[in-house]
Amino acid sequence: MKALYFAWVRERIGKAEEEIVPPENIKTVAELMAWLSGKGENYAAAFAHTKTMRAALDRIHVKHDASIRNACEIALFPPMTGG
Amino acid sequence: MSARIIVRVQKESFDAAAEAARLTQGSANIGALVSFTGLCRDEGGALAALEIEHYPGMAEAEINRAALEAAARWPLEAVLIVHRHGLIRPGEPIVLVVTASQHRGEAFAAASFLMDYLKTEAPFWKKQHLAGKGAGDWVEAKPQDHAAAQKWRA
Repeated sequence: MKALYFAWVRERIGKAEEEIVPPENIKTVAELMAWLSGKGENYAAAFAHTKTMRAALDRIHVKHDASIRNACEIALFPPMTGG
Repeated sequence: MSARIIVRVQKESFDAAAEAARLTQGSANIGALVSFTGLCRDEGGALAALEIEHYPGMAEAEINRAALEAAARWPLEAVLIVHRHGLIRPGEPIVLVVTASQHRGEAFAAASFLMDYLKTEAPFWKKQHLAGKGAGDWVEAKPQDHAAAQKWRA
């Protein structure tokens, strides 16, 4: 699946997007963030405080317990500051 | 009767008065027009610019969802929302929400709802560029913005 990162999540990881292949046992957004945080120091820094982070699956806001298995695109980002 | 909905996400600036005038053109049933413009302020001289990042595709989709929800909640004739991204200097407009209805109550309420929604649910992030210092911190989400958005869910 395609992963997109925005704002300081993007800056800490050092890339805006990448193709990821999470193992079968990774089923939810929360599990995916935990799995990503193990990919290196930069990822660990980006996902150090996941509680307030937000996620979207195929461009729809979702909660951390949402299933990622049927999604093509996941976006992970800090709380939004538009308007 | 369904509301006319126009949503634009763009780098370019906009003329709020011209946008509002265009929205009412040719419509004889609009009795109330509310226009809100959010501007970049310089925070007492400390801020040189705001850099606004967005999620292309989702930003437009999410604002459209908000406009549809507003049109479902209130009898609106038209809704126009323009949100900018990129580098924005103090004094420049960032966001425009225009709501048109037969009576003022609906237009005021819908504009307020849309702004509360945009602040917390539209995928945009602001980064501060400080005067003489270059890129600074990301603007943090404010609890009062979250609370303002929550009150519509009650």
